[in-house]
Amino acid sequence: MLRQTVLNAVHRASGAKMVDFGGWDMPLHYGSQISEHNKVRAEAGMFDVSHMRVVDLSGSGVRDWLRHLLANDVARLTVPGRALYSCMLNPQGGVIDDLIVYWVGEDRYRMVINAATTDKDLAWMQQQAVGLTVDIRPREDLAMIAVQGPQAREKVWQALAGSRAVSETLKPFHAAWLGDWFIARTGYTGEDGFEIMLPAAQAAGFWQSLAAAGVAPCGLGARDTLRLEAGMNLYGQDMDETTTPLETGLGWTVWLRDERDFIGRSALVEPRRQQVGLVLLDKGVMRAHGEVQTSAGNGEITSGSFSPSLNRSIALARVPAGVPIGEIVRIAVRDKLLAAKVVRYPFVRNGQSQIDL
Amino acid sequence: MNIPAELKYSETHEWIKCNADGSLTIGITDHAQDLLGDMVFVENPVPGRHLAAGEECGVLESVKAASDLYAPVAGEVLSVNTDLETAPEAINQDAYAAWMFTMKPDNPADVDALLDAEAYRRFIESEQH
Repeated sequence: MLRQTVLNAVHRASGAKMVDFGGWDMPLHYGSQISEHNKVRAEAGMFDVSHMRVVDLSGSGVRDWLRHLLANDVARLTVPGRALYSCMLNPQGGVIDDLIVYWVGEDRYRMVINAATTDKDLAWMQQQAVGLTVDIRPREDLAMIAVQGPQAREKVWQALAGSRAVSETLKPFHAAWLGDWFIARTGYTGEDGFEIMLPAAQAAGFWQSLAAAGVAPCGLGARDTLRLEAGMNLYGQDMDETTTPLETGLGWTVWLRDERDFIGRSALVEPRRQQVGLVLLDKGVMRAHGEVQTSAGNGEITSGSFSPSLNRSIALARVPAGVPIGEIVRIAVRDKLLAAKVVRYPFVRNGQSQIDL
Repeated sequence: MNIPAELKYSETHEWIKCNADGSLTIGITDHAQDLLGDMVFVENPVPGRHLAAGEECGVLESVKAASDLYAPVAGEVLSVNTDLETAPEAINQDAYAAWMFTMKPDNPADVDALLDAEAYRRFIESEQH
């Protein structure tokens, strides 16, 4: 039996094509995933991401516990509402999950974790909290809607009374409260916008208000091509418990500038593999698990698709360390070897291509 | 589900139209384009190539997945729809207008063994269960 978000009936009534996504019945698209993608790059789109789990954390021990639990350091959060992207590692340095944690106030944090990893994350967190004054509260009573695109903030202000006053001056990666609604200037598309956590019972009404303001409903298909163009990793695809953050392009999220003891730190060694971007020069589409032949040995595509913004195929790949930016590599696509160029990513940011071919 | 009654169908989701001159026009069905989603790249067989029945002869790539194109019967490729090279989304807009290639069947009677619309509908339903 697939799990449903509170917006399931709304999606079905809008003609969404639904798919099983990690045990959740979620919209893949509402007609065309490419138009939805383009809408987010040019105007504004909305995503039901209520399958992701909000977890509220509190207690006098919560700050020290998070400093031990996460590879990034919550001590860097010095303003209430500030957000931090981090990996949660196992003792071998493998990635249990990637997440966002917000500092809500004294001894209070809010975390958002992936849907498919929710149960194992919570079990791991409980295990690490034994004997500590830390309260871990999963918020299944909340829904989450991401509104993304250059016009996203303006549309939210139109659709939600009182939201402009509390969120107009928010910088990226900061959040604010509007009553019991939580408005964060974060996202997974490479565009400006908000991720809004709200009581589940109010989600359908808010979704309809956004639609009335001209925000296009977007499915997981567009979400995947948008995040890939933005060079953002997808858990379970680009990284998992067998890879360290250093091998998967997430070294920038591992805070090593002091002697803080966090889980997995001692296992982090100089990586022999690196994550790079690929742009296909030939015609075709690169797909996950495709082989990448480089001057330093073979690697593997971890995420590959067609980029609607660049009108060609792009990918993230894990290749041997030392493969330089600019190298032309060979990609096994079906029965052919195609040429691709190794590039820095993101591929697209704020509607603009970041790639010179 | 859009399954025109006047066409023939294969279990690999091609539609086949029998033309007055004995040639066949081939495309993929509305059901197939619906499964694949937004089409981004099409590779057709080269005109003049001889195909065996069921032979892989082209590729359709959508954002989501790649799918093979198969020859519904044995025969020779006559022409291909080159418009699809620049506008593969035409398949999503109208799968029965966006033909892929034409062929001359080795044996015109082979077409009789293909599915009619009703049989294709039942075949799709059986695949979904």
